[in-house]
Amino acid sequence: MINYQTTTTIVSWVVFIPIIGVGSILITIGLRYLFKIDKKIADNLSRLISLISTLLAFILSLKMWGFFETGMNTLQFVHRFVWIENFNIEYFLGIDGINIALVILTTFITLIACIASVPWWGHVDDRHFSKRMTPGYMILLLILETGMLGTFCALDFFLFYIFWEIMLLPMYFLIGVWGGPRKEYAAIKFFLYTLAGSVLMLLAMIAIYYASEPFILADGRLAHHTFNIPALTASGQSGLFARANPILGFAFAKVVWIALFIGFAIKIPMFPFHTWLPDAHVEAPTPISVILAGILLKTGGYGILRFNFQLLPEATKWAAAAMAVFGMINIVYAAYVCMAQSDLKKLIAYSSVSHMGFVLLGYAAFTPQAISGAVFQMVAHGLISPMLFLIAGVIYDRAHTREIGEFGGLANKMPEYTGLVGLAFMASLGLPGLAGFIGEVLVFLGAFPVYKVFTIISATSVVITAAYYLWTIHRMFLGKFNEKWSALWDVNWRERFTLYPLAALIIFFGFYPMPIFNLISNSLNPLISVIIASGKLP
Amino acid sequence: MEHAAFQQFVYLFWIPFFPLLGAVYNGLLGSALQRRLGEKWIHAPAIVFPMLSFIITIAGFVKLTGLDPHSRALYCNAWSWLHIGNLNVDIAFWMDPLGAVMAFVVTFVGTLIHIYSIGYMRNDPGYWRFFSYMNLFMFSMLILVLGDNFLMMFIGWEGVGLCSYLLIGFWYKDEKNAVAGMKAFIVNRVGDFGFIIGVFLLFWGLGFSLETFDSSSLATVTSEETHLNSSLVIREIEESLQIESVHEAFTGKKIFGFSLVTLICVCLFVGAMGKSAQIPLYVWLPDAMAGPTPVSALIHAATMVTAGVYMVARLHFLFALSPFAMTWVALFGAVTALYAATIGFFQYDIKKVLAYSTISQLGYMFIGVGVGAFSTGIFHLMTHAFFKGCLFLSAGSIIIGCHHQQDMRKMGGLKTYMPVTRWAYLMACFAIAGFPFFSGFFSKDEILWQAFNSKDMMLPGGGKIIWLLGIVGALCTSFYMFRSYFMTFTGEYSENPHHVPKESPKQMTCVLVILGFLSIFSGFVGMPHLWHVHNLFETWMEPVFESSSSLIASEGYTHTLEWMLMGISVAVAIIGAWVAGWLYKNRENPLPGKLLASKKQIIRIPYNLIYNKYYVDEIYQHTIVWLIMNLRLALDWFDRKIIDQLVDFAGTAGRWLGRFAGYTDEKGVDGAVNATSDMVIFSGLKLVTIQTGKLRNYLGVVLAGAIILVIANYLFF
Repeated sequence: MINYQTTTTIVSWVVFIPIIGVGSILITIGLRYLFKIDKKIADNLSRLISLISTLLAFILSLKMWGFFETGMNTLQFVHRFVWIENFNIEYFLGIDGINIALVILTTFITLIACIASVPWWGHVDDRHFSKRMTPGYMILLLILETGMLGTFCALDFFLFYIFWEIMLLPMYFLIGVWGGPRKEYAAIKFFLYTLAGSVLMLLAMIAIYYASEPFILADGRLAHHTFNIPALTASGQSGLFARANPILGFAFAKVVWIALFIGFAIKIPMFPFHTWLPDAHVEAPTPISVILAGILLKTGGYGILRFNFQLLPEATKWAAAAMAVFGMINIVYAAYVCMAQSDLKKLIAYSSVSHMGFVLLGYAAFTPQAISGAVFQMVAHGLISPMLFLIAGVIYDRAHTREIGEFGGLANKMPEYTGLVGLAFMASLGLPGLAGFIGEVLVFLGAFPVYKVFTIISATSVVITAAYYLWTIHRMFLGKFNEKWSALWDVNWRERFTLYPLAALIIFFGFYPMPIFNLISNSLNPLISVIIASGKLP
Repeated sequence: MEHAAFQQFVYLFWIPFFPLLGAVYNGLLGSALQRRLGEKWIHAPAIVFPMLSFIITIAGFVKLTGLDPHSRALYCNAWSWLHIGNLNVDIAFWMDPLGAVMAFVVTFVGTLIHIYSIGYMRNDPGYWRFFSYMNLFMFSMLILVLGDNFLMMFIGWEGVGLCSYLLIGFWYKDEKNAVAGMKAFIVNRVGDFGFIIGVFLLFWGLGFSLETFDSSSLATVTSEETHLNSSLVIREIEESLQIESVHEAFTGKKIFGFSLVTLICVCLFVGAMGKSAQIPLYVWLPDAMAGPTPVSALIHAATMVTAGVYMVARLHFLFALSPFAMTWVALFGAVTALYAATIGFFQYDIKKVLAYSTISQLGYMFIGVGVGAFSTGIFHLMTHAFFKGCLFLSAGSIIIGCHHQQDMRKMGGLKTYMPVTRWAYLMACFAIAGFPFFSGFFSKDEILWQAFNSKDMMLPGGGKIIWLLGIVGALCTSFYMFRSYFMTFTGEYSENPHHVPKESPKQMTCVLVILGFLSIFSGFVGMPHLWHVHNLFETWMEPVFESSSSLIASEGYTHTLEWMLMGISVAVAIIGAWVAGWLYKNRENPLPGKLLASKKQIIRIPYNLIYNKYYVDEIYQHTIVWLIMNLRLALDWFDRKIIDQLVDFAGTAGRWLGRFAGYTDEKGVDGAVNATSDMVIFSGLKLVTIQTGKLRNYLGVVLAGAIILVIANYLFF
């Protein structure tokens, strides 16, 4: 096993640049009270600061992409030192093929969300969330970004847990304060639900810690136990956790696997733990929905790879069929539920549930196509679902309703918007040539040899998905124009700034997805070979 | 894999991508250009780009003819698309004689129809949108015919479906058109579901078969699932199936109790059923006539709907492996050919007549490829593209001439007003009915002969039953086509006499003339061997279908029989046309009116059945659609009332638990604490009374204690 030492601090910069932004905003607030600066100026200043910091984080993450060596299956950009000596906790960030794509996605989507959070470049009425308590909103958004980036980059289990919890709190406030009419209910539901998952994860983490082998920490000290993920991975892959003492009579690896999995499955979200998602999405302001669907759901998918797959290969093999079944249920069940929705945002939220099902199905198959497809699906969904939620935001900002049935014939009134909606819907329903197709087809292609019946049932969703999206287009944009909406106007520049980059990337990755696969495949393939080669659990 | 043997031809890439440029140009700038600069700025590039594709296609053709027939193919690898594990798929183009013919038909007819559209779509507010979609369609269709692997094919396959959706619902303000577009896309997706399952089965099965081939030298197969060595490149699949051991492993494989290769072909054919409007997935095509007529001509007659036929021909090496699948294809084709032809009897909308006729003609093409006459099937595809394109465009010309009237009962006598359109329509009618020496005669007759002659059909009577269905269908075809001709062009113009129809503008009529000409003469490239002439078309196609030719068996009937069958074909065409003339010419014969007015059940029941298209739409509505619409409500209810209620219940239970804990805390735990303190105080107060200050009392207590201790000592120890 390689004992990683600090090579560069660039990852820490990426993760903590938003915190610098938070500091700057706090200073702005202080200055405002000190020098009696106009509220408007202070608000704009805090918006500018958060735009700059998210942009910087994005640029730095692109730089990482540039320096990332794709041929290697080791950690890169490692930053590591001992953080809390007494408990053998390290500060350990690093990048490999499993997280690099998601880190870049995070910085990109947060930048998009940040652009969508400013009331510039287009008319916004005074009730709009972007005009309420702006510095607070921006601070929370930036903390959220740090939480998400930290979650993806942390390679110390304890540090990961900290970031995981950091992610939770800003989200709670962002939904609960800036959200819609039922924001308290949605925020509490989101918070408690994910917290319940975290508790399971915490227990699993402690169990793993006490089962771990002695390990030399970053300062050269020998510790009896460790949270270091590469070390735990090495132990796990050598079968340490498979042999560990049972918990309450059940195999250690199985119990820990299930506890971790439920924690992550809630985030994905997996049926039957998915009902927090529609509520949270419906109430959250647009940019928060964007982040929620674009990135937060992926932390669950990422966690399964990083912990369940890396640390517990035997248990992963044991649970594979169950994962496939739940993936299938997610895909098909949520697609049908989508068809029954009358609220545009709720429909999109359920479509997220459906599309994240592909990730589970792809994970379960352990073939190169399926697992690469699953990770690609996370990236593709991370581009498509933000676009969908931005689209829902566009119409909500104008009409103050999202009831699909209330619209009709909008295509004539908002042609550009209609075109963008069409593109996003087509991408989401998996039209070949757009990003959504690549993930879906690879998952199917890879999962088919292993789970023929499940894959065939899952594939029926291509029809249902087409039906609900086209039906939505039909009800909102085609047919007779509803005169009630004659005052609506087409997309403005702020919306263009957010929608067009997403649209361009969706088309680009549809025709040329290899850059992503070059990043991820080299880390994913060894992962599944270990699982396939692993033995049976007692 | 290196393909040194194949001629590289980088311009191949531009055949599909020129129209894409046109689509992007009009999609992004069209709206503004149309408002500011006029329609010329829209249609000029929109026509030039497909025309450039056409020129490159011709160049490719020329290049192909210069090559040795057995390595006659051009190849262009644009960039790598998906390289994951054993999956290697590129954005690569492949033009063999089959692809060349398809690309020729698409670019040639496509360009003509673009030109025609200048006249047809004039002054439409969505002019730019129309040309953008049409160019996008050309792009998708060319990807479909030139893509060298299944996934590329699928890009085109879905792309044409999307364009079809966009163009059917082009006049989206009318609810009906929008619904028709949606229906087309969703029904097509049902077919696509079959298609992708077929591709998955193929990828898996081939990997398995190649695995046994590759690892025959290796002692152990580490893991069947991960070390598959498979391919989705059509050419490579064909090549690997030539290897004896792979071929054996592949054809011997069974899955779900069926032969794998049969299941693959049936699944793929489900895709073809959707795209090419065969029973039972044809229902979208008649509704698709809601789109502008040039769209019907290009997409729903000449090109897109033939994609299924093309796919079966392209995968001839797979279909030929399974006689069951071949029978399946031919039988569905034959039944559809007859079935759709009967519906054509009583339609009054001229475009609906043509739509059912298209479904029927596609059935003939499937008979052709189904009985193993792949090149003949493609030949009919090509002639059909010309004469059906001609018919649709003539219908468009009529519709424009009659001020957007599509009901044939309100036409009549148009031959004096629209001579060019009339002649074009008549020539195409001769072609589709199969009059001798017209293009359709050669292709259709050859298909029927091959069906009759086929030995592979797993049906009672072999190919003869297919032939019988086909020949009856041909009779019907001739009848309903000439019925439409006589109703439209002969007699007196019955509508508004002040508003006489006039011939269409030049852009439209010149296209009609070209296509009418080809309807007559294009058949001469594929004349039957019976006439002792060189069949150019078959010779051209031969190398493509070489690998499967050994798998196709024929009965080897004599020339005399072939002459007889040809005679029957001709007789049938003439009888059909004659009956139509007798009943409908000049509207003189009162019989059709009488029959329709008749109340007799023996006439009413079949008439109603056919007029209502056998109620297939209604059956779907009340079964599958009903099921899905209710399932969605049931699952939504389940989600809200069960799953979410459980979550809320957990929340509520948590709250009640909290309240209960609070209560017990207040009354129980806190009560206990309070009680303890109370007791201490109480006992303190009581104990105070002991402290009397009198020595005698103290001594007494001490003594009593000592006695108790002593007794206890004896008792317990």
